Amino acid sequence: MIKEEEELVRTKVKRQAMTDYLTPSVQNIKPSGIRRFFDLVNTRKDVITLGVGEPDFITPWHVREAAVYSLERGKTQYTSNAGLPALREAIGQYLNDQFQTPYDPANEILVTVGGSEAIDLALRALIVPGDEILIPEPCYISYSPITALGGGVPVGIETFAKDKFKLTAESLEAVITPRSKVLILCYPSNPTGGIMTYEDWLPIAKVVEDNDLIVISDEIYAELTYGTKHCSFSAMPGMRDRTILVSGFSKAFAMTGWRLGYACGHPDLIAAMLKIHQYTVMCAPAMAQYAGVEALTRGLEEKDRMVDAYNQRRRLVVKGFRDIGLECHEPEGAFYAFPSVKATGLTSEKFAERLLEEGGVAAVPGDVFGLGGEGHLRCSYATSVSNLAEALDRIGGFVHKLRQG
Amino acid sequence: MNELQLKVLELLKEDARRDADLIATLLGAPAEEVKQAIAELEHNHIIVKYATIVNWSKVDDEKVTALIEVQITPERGRGFEGIAERIYLYPEVKSVYLMSGAYDLLVEIEGKNLKEVASFVSNKLSPIDAVLSTKTNFILKKYKQDGIIFEEHEGDDRLMISP
Repeated sequence: MIKEEEELVRTKVKRQAMTDYLTPSVQNIKPSGIRRFFDLVNTRKDVITLGVGEPDFITPWHVREAAVYSLERGKTQYTSNAGLPALREAIGQYLNDQFQTPYDPANEILVTVGGSEAIDLALRALIVPGDEILIPEPCYISYSPITALGGGVPVGIETFAKDKFKLTAESLEAVITPRSKVLILCYPSNPTGGIMTYEDWLPIAKVVEDNDLIVISDEIYAELTYGTKHCSFSAMPGMRDRTILVSGFSKAFAMTGWRLGYACGHPDLIAAMLKIHQYTVMCAPAMAQYAGVEALTRGLEEKDRMVDAYNQRRRLVVKGFRDIGLECHEPEGAFYAFPSVKATGLTSEKFAERLLEEGGVAAVPGDVFGLGGEGHLRCSYATSVSNLAEALDRIGGFVHKLRQG
Repeated sequence: MNELQLKVLELLKEDARRDADLIATLLGAPAEEVKQAIAELEHNHIIVKYATIVNWSKVDDEKVTALIEVQITPERGRGFEGIAERIYLYPEVKSVYLMSGAYDLLVEIEGKNLKEVASFVSNKLSPIDAVLSTKTNFILKKYKQDGIIFEEHEGDDRLMISP
């Protein structure tokens, strides 16, 4: 129990407001910066948004049809807690074929309600209050808050554009203390589009080993790489048993709304996560799981087509920012560009606000993603070529106006 | 046809107004090579024309389109070619296909109204010696053409900003 809660129980102070009932860990969480900006965007019309962190494609029809067909056949009951055996089989086969990461469907794979649930389960299974959870930043906005909710202490590790936002062994080592327990990785990265190669991982794996860390590797963007094939951290020598691989269907198969993900790892870790999962959500939605089987077994062609389209847009966006005169490292994964707006002299937040007001383009200020995000803008290119061209045009006009003073 | 040409075709099929520079950026290819590819595709009559797909039902001077199934007697030596040419040369005729199945040619006619189409069939098409029979089917509504759905697209339902 956290100290403030103990105090409350001992003193039996009558609570004055409804919020006094809330746990300090929830009260202490700040509203997400994305949410704050979202509210601002919603006040405007005629905005082109580059703020969307999900595919603009609709889930391929044959995948949707598989879900419809499962309903027609009356497959409306709970599935086994760990997920449909057929889906776990398909996940095992797929991971082995695509990323050379073999897992046993019987006891090493757990189907979850999105990748988010998998990360939450892993953290809840691992964190003893006070444990330090190491998180390379800028990163997906949820890692720190769910760490804190679980009683852990998030510790950010700054990564830099000059290193293509890769994690380095030196910066990892620099934050390690005796309380460090878990390292959360997310490559390809939201929001930077940075990736890690086999050679990049090698020294990281050594630090992980030497310091006895467990790794939660969020590989939700694994399929979305351009030019370099994704290298899973769990495929590194000696890392399989130290890694909980988390992924899902949202990004590669355009299935965000289905809330379908999975976690793979050592049977003891998966068993612990399964306990929490079965007492909280029971199982992932059955129709989504049937759709998942279809996506993994017959959806690769559609997936490749979407990846091809993202790659085209990526080239357009990177060239566009460079033509405007904003530094933009080349993102090699995910569907985000993370250009620097430092040259304009504005903070991320100010730039994003004024771009919205004066240019009619929404992009997320980089500072909401943690250390190293300030001075950048997250621009999702999961939107049509014509939208991107128009957005770049508007951004160019806005930056030009800024330069004119 | 090389891979670049194929990719150029796909991008132009999506939107014919894309210029060579944009296509070059999208494909990560040198603009000169893309220009060359487009020139070759045009020269070889692979790109035949850059056209606009129009939803005429939204335009006041609505047109009538009919698909006419035509049975013909093939000519000695030339088969269906000569008779197909006689038919496709009429400006009212939008397309002509040689078909397998119950009839030989499928002829698409566009006219201002029913009367105009009927008059074409009775005065021009049917009197051709080789034409044995015609069956006229009027298109009542177009839902999709050349892969393009005519219904108004639903807006982008995604949240404006998401994680």
